[in-house]
Amino acid sequence: MAKVIMTADDSASVRQMVSFTLKQGGYEVVEAVDGKEALQKLAGCKVAMLITDLNMPNLDGIGLIKGARALASCKFIPIIMLTTESQDSRKQEGKSAGATGWIVKPFKPEQLMAVVKKVLG
Amino acid sequence: MIDVHRQAFKEEAYELLSELESSLLELEERPDDSDLIGRVFRAMHTIKGSGSMFGFDDIASFTHEVETIFDMVRNGKLEVTKILINLTLAARDQIKLMLDNSDTGGGADLKESGRIIAGLRALVACEVPAAPLVEANPVQSAFGAQVTYRIRFAPSREIFSRGSNPLNLLCELRELGPCSVVAQAGALPVLEEMDPEACYVYWDIILTTDQGLNAIRDVFIFVEDDCELTIEAVAAHDELSAEAGYKKLGEILLERGDISFEEMAGVLAKQKRFGELAVASGIVTEMKVESALAEQRHVQAVRQEKSSAEVGNSIRVPAERLDVLVNLVGELVTVQARLSQTAAGRQDAELVAIAEEVERLTGELRDSALNIRMLPIGSTFSKFKRLVRDLSSELGKEIEMTTDGAETELDKTVIEKLNDPLVHLIRNSIDHGVELPETRLSAGKPRFGTVHLAAVHSGDSVLITIKDDGAGLDKEAIRAKAVERGLIAATAELPEKELFALIFAPGFSTAKKVSSVSGRGVGMDVVKRAIEALRGSIEIASVYGEGTRIMVRIPLTLAIIESLLVKIGRDFFMLPLSLVDECVELTREDVARAHGRNLAIVRENLVPYIPLRERFCLPGVAPEIEHIVITEVDGVRVGLVVDQVIGEHQTVIKSLGRAYRNSEGISGATILGDGSVALILDVPQLVQSVEAEAA
Repeated sequence: MAKVIMTADDSASVRQMVSFTLKQGGYEVVEAVDGKEALQKLAGCKVAMLITDLNMPNLDGIGLIKGARALASCKFIPIIMLTTESQDSRKQEGKSAGATGWIVKPFKPEQLMAVVKKVLG
Repeated sequence: MIDVHRQAFKEEAYELLSELESSLLELEERPDDSDLIGRVFRAMHTIKGSGSMFGFDDIASFTHEVETIFDMVRNGKLEVTKILINLTLAARDQIKLMLDNSDTGGGADLKESGRIIAGLRALVACEVPAAPLVEANPVQSAFGAQVTYRIRFAPSREIFSRGSNPLNLLCELRELGPCSVVAQAGALPVLEEMDPEACYVYWDIILTTDQGLNAIRDVFIFVEDDCELTIEAVAAHDELSAEAGYKKLGEILLERGDISFEEMAGVLAKQKRFGELAVASGIVTEMKVESALAEQRHVQAVRQEKSSAEVGNSIRVPAERLDVLVNLVGELVTVQARLSQTAAGRQDAELVAIAEEVERLTGELRDSALNIRMLPIGSTFSKFKRLVRDLSSELGKEIEMTTDGAETELDKTVIEKLNDPLVHLIRNSIDHGVELPETRLSAGKPRFGTVHLAAVHSGDSVLITIKDDGAGLDKEAIRAKAVERGLIAATAELPEKELFALIFAPGFSTAKKVSSVSGRGVGMDVVKRAIEALRGSIEIASVYGEGTRIMVRIPLTLAIIESLLVKIGRDFFMLPLSLVDECVELTREDVARAHGRNLAIVRENLVPYIPLRERFCLPGVAPEIEHIVITEVDGVRVGLVVDQVIGEHQTVIKSLGRAYRNSEGISGATILGDGSVALILDVPQLVQSVEAEAA
């Protein structure tokens, strides 16, 4: 059975691109428009990995990472945050919240797949 | 596919822009509302991030400036002012304009962008340097030598809680090269004290890779901060010579900081196996010794692989020593010839027997001495593969190189001197020969061009062929160029072979454009000269539209050749035996029958000959029966008339002094058994000069 990856991003185009790339790579994808929706969905289904943007309305990426780590089902899953080069401090914040790694925007589909492969094995 | 994403981005961006506009207007009324500031920032952020992802680089870099300002506003470093709102609104309109124009290709007004950015920057006391938008992962070309690294990867206990799996990282390391991993589980507590969600293990890894240090660091990029990671290069691959032993176990442990020098010295004083002793005396754990041993084994394995990959069991000898040896063997061959001759002159059966024995041994010694200098041509071939790869990508061509006969052996000095001409010929094939992929497809050829390099033994020479399936030589272009350069008359009718040979004329190049690779009109003449200096020859065959084949024939060795010893009057001459086809007699009647033309009939075929006695103005009268040595040069049979054919001879080639070096028809000299000098005939040159005089 294909592994399920969640992508949380308020930008529809990024979500579309991430989800398209992952589906091409043989993964199932669950989308969420912000941290709040993501947490709700995480409670209901088991995902193998989470890819989240940091800047989102309602609940931002940091909040989502903290919330997800508190869930038993998400305690050890890889969480990748999408950041921009100007956000080094945010990256540290994300790491201490429990993020596994990060992808710097802009990125190409191949780079995304490389990171997914790296953390999912 | 990418267009769908671009379209999605544009729709989203328009939405964000209108939201941005209303947020900005609201912000003007309530400048302290942090929610609103956050919304403005996020809108900018998304436009920038997604924009650069889908190729809207101008929008991304412009928006980046605005985002930077709002990041400061968000962090309370800058206040919302009327000027800021005005500028941001202008920026918003500018982004919209860029989006509108993105399909038509017309960019936005750069001056306006500049004005807005300058205005925004003026708001900040210190100028914010524009961060260049770099690719997330610039691809580094990391072609390096093989280096062995010692890596200690000690993740923090909490590593699992960040979703990292150390085993994935170890698997990733294995992909970089041969790798030995030893897990250090010494810190594992007893079961009841153990936290199952913590990581107690650390790993010692020995990795041999040519990817460089950065590739290893990249593997650990996400965990760098929460692990202890040390990466040290323990040995470059070049240093791993097979002879010397690797570091002793104690040294490794010392280098790793697992034990101190005093501790090592203390253990060494007891003189038993170091590993056992160290464990027994409780300085290090068994695991650590195990890991150090793994390093020893790994390096030894890598070394062994390296040495077996090169040559089974070999000694490195400086090339000069070999040259000295070959020279000495040359002298020995000369002396031996003299011994044989002297022995034959005396009616002493015992001396003759000894002379024959010496002759046999000298022959074997000569062959094996020359054999030592023989190298497979394959080492040069692999260099060319890289050349083809680099050049073809530089020129935007897709070319595959195939090779054949890499094991063919040639004298070391010949291989060295052959390198430059071959590089030039291959460059020519890539640059002028193989076409661009589109051109190839439209000509009904496969997209990939092929350059084939082959080497094969043929007699005492090696035939090297460079074949491409490119455009081939354009006879008319060559003819036109040759006429233009005054190399041939406009009306001259030349056979194909001679026409192709024109491209070896100095200053000849038909390529219309000068590229960085070739086409400056130097080269092919240099190539020809270099090949001829090796006593070799070069020939071209080509079919227009189908490809070109260049054949280079090179003698195996430069030092000693088999030759035919002949005599004219009292002088001795040598002919390279590889050129000799047969010997026939030439009587006075034969000469009379030819009516002054230098033609002999050999088995009903006419063979032109060169009377060497006349050619070299030698004194004396020709004997009743002369001999024609029939040679074959470039497929043409030409006879050389001599007084007497003496027989085969091992010829140690001595070059002529400076004064005689340019003598026509003579390529060198050798010393005969009785100490007299015999000249070595340069048959191709001799034939050419006679032909030139006749024409």
